[in-house]
Amino acid sequence: MSSSWNIIQQSLPMFEKGFVLTLWLSFVGIIGSIIVGLICSLVQYFKVPVLHQIASIYIEISRNTPLLIQLFFLYYAFPVIGIKFGAQLCGIIGLIFLGGSYMAEGFTGGFNGVTKSQVESGKAIGLSRWQLAKYVVFPQGFSLSVPAMAANVIFLIKETSIFTVIAIPELTNTALDLIGMYYRSNEYLFVLVVGYAIILIPLSIILTLLEKRVRYGSFGN
Amino acid sequence: MADKVLEVEHLEKYYQKKHVLFDINLSIQQGEVVTLLGPSGSGKSTLIRCLNGLEEYQKGTIIFEGKKIVPTEKNWQQIRQKIGMVFQSYDLFPNLTVIDNILLGPIKVQKQDKSAARVEAKKLLKSVDLEDYADVYPRELSGGQKQRVAIVRALALHPDFMLFDEVTASLDPEMVRGILNIIKGLANMDNMTMIVVTHEMNFAQEIADRVVFLENGHILEQTPAKQFFSKPKTDRAQAFLDSMDF
Amino acid sequence: MAHSGISVLLEGTNFTRLLGGLWVTVKIAAIALIVGIVLGIILGVLRTFKNRPLRLILRLYLEFFRIVPTVVLLFLFYYILPRQMNFNLPADQLATLVFALWVAAEMSDIVRGALISVPKHQRESGMAIGLNRYQLYRYVLIPQAISLEIPATINLATRVIKTTSLLMLISVMDVINIGQQIIEANNHSHPTGVFWVYGLIFLFYFLIDYPLSWWAKRLEKKRLERANG
Ligand SMILES: Nc1ncnc2c1ncn2[C@@H]1O[C@H](COP(=O)(O)OP(=O)(O)OP(=O)(O)O)[C@@H](O)[C@H]1O
Ligand SMILES: [Mg+2]
Repeated sequence: MSSSWNIIQQSLPMFEKGFVLTLWLSFVGIIGSIIVGLICSLVQYFKVPVLHQIASIYIEISRNTPLLIQLFFLYYAFPVIGIKFGAQLCGIIGLIFLGGSYMAEGFTGGFNGVTKSQVESGKAIGLSRWQLAKYVVFPQGFSLSVPAMAANVIFLIKETSIFTVIAIPELTNTALDLIGMYYRSNEYLFVLVVGYAIILIPLSIILTLLEKRVRYGSFGN
Repeated sequence: MADKVLEVEHLEKYYQKKHVLFDINLSIQQGEVVTLLGPSGSGKSTLIRCLNGLEEYQKGTIIFEGKKIVPTEKNWQQIRQKIGMVFQSYDLFPNLTVIDNILLGPIKVQKQDKSAARVEAKKLLKSVDLEDYADVYPRELSGGQKQRVAIVRALALHPDFMLFDEVTASLDPEMVRGILNIIKGLANMDNMTMIVVTHEMNFAQEIADRVVFLENGHILEQTPAKQFFSKPKTDRAQAFLDSMDF
Repeated sequence: MAHSGISVLLEGTNFTRLLGGLWVTVKIAAIALIVGIVLGIILGVLRTFKNRPLRLILRLYLEFFRIVPTVVLLFLFYYILPRQMNFNLPADQLATLVFALWVAAEMSDIVRGALISVPKHQRESGMAIGLNRYQLYRYVLIPQAISLEIPATINLATRVIKTTSLLMLISVMDVINIGQQIIEANNHSHPTGVFWVYGLIFLFYFLIDYPLSWWAKRLEKKRLERANG
């Protein structure tokens, strides 16, 4: 039997592919989620008729159901009504469907976190609703939403591990495949955990620093 | 007879079921300085917030510069450019520099000429001894400095009428005098019409033309300042003055 | 001739089997939550103590569960416990254990966050009237922290319930696994059955989680209203 080290070394090229795919899918999913979340939160902030209700319904459905079922629906159930996507596209759509609502709630939480006295100071100098949003609520609200955004980014990256259920060869799927083929669970699981740690530890440190900077930049503490 | 800037008739205000202002009648002349006194919780803040449309009122009318205000958000937004307000909690916008805090209203709301507005803002800053602070963020200012900027921010819109709600209440004692002098300057030199809510009795006495005394949401008396501070009409007001260690 | 997909749900014992699977799901979530919350409260309180090594260990525990995705956690325990430690658990108990440890980690952070957000002068006034540490937590800190903790804890519960969807990965007979069996068995007679079975499971999850998140939101709103006077 080969040593653990050899096993790990031989598997690295495969893990590398999975690693890159995890990063890529996360990246696209997160950008998409931010866009969807931003649209939903703006629609809700300005109480745009009809769209506002649609956004609320979407957010509740998305937040209160598991990604795994959302993916199964996209991947297995939609084709029977004639809508068919490849696995990776399903993964991205699913992640954005899920992440959009989390991001929307993050932005909305930030907007709501702008204090009443700030809003009143804005009104007191005669700002219109739109001006109030543009100069007071949004700039402060976005800063306030950074911690929630950071948590969502980490959350969504971890959620990509669920893509394994529709056989997208990301990190987790790579590890499970290898275990299935060679029965060396310790080694492959070790590489898998290290793979996530390499992405998530530096990222969470960067995000924490960013939070501090944004906080200081906007509120001075 | 001088022009009436503001008239309030039979104003009633509720917070949900709670009745906080009862049949408020008040009229203020051009150039007059009214101080609004009364115990904590008597409704002083609520009353002046109503005058700026920050609170809805359920009954009564407010007439500003001869026109009855139809209390929609749009109308208030117009009127607020004419009525400046400064709060206790000097709320500058933390995301904007001092000068941008001041210029936001003149440039974005009133569409004043940018460079002229900037020149004027600088002049106003100089008048409160802050000419060197134009480009810093509010976090770098002391409480007293912030409050001076907040006053300048309100003045930059050229209001006809100013509301001050306990603007020195959260300041250190050594900061208080400077702020009060600015307000006094406005009253005496610029002949600004204003309502001042304060707990500083000496200041109230120095500045006021008339005192409106509020208790439990009722105006108990409106008395020329001289008379109020020597011998108010009501026993309640006398008791209030006594309690203020005055 | 293919039947309409929805009839899959009504055929034979299909619907009751799905409900049975749902029960397995709910039971695992409930036990994991109860055990995890109790453990998490203890760990959270310990994390507010001054003892540095203890705090460091508990912090590492939290970070581990934070960084490793739950799918991976499940497989770690699934492969490593029996093979390395010769510790064999049925899959459903194993999953309960993993979820409970994960809940404990998250809960410890919620509890710690709430405790340290109680203003310092509260702690000092408590000590000034001679309370010992237990009394300080019992009568001063925990009661004030609770209004912060409850919405976050309910949200954690909704996350755990959603995460139970992963049970099928380690072959627990949960609602999704049973759903898949039903779909496969009826694939020929009901090609659109997949739509209805997954639709129903989707609805199940929503019906459990939506009221919980609604409740959490309401509590949070009330708390904010109270905090802002
Ligand atoms: N947002 C609110 N909701 C409900 N009741 C309120 C609200 N704001 C103020 N009140 C109540 O209205 C009454 C008047 O309050 P107000 O703040 O106007 O008093 P005040 O005279 O300004 O007191 P202070 O001197 O302490 O500032 C009080 O009884 C207060 O409890
Ligand atoms: Mg007040």
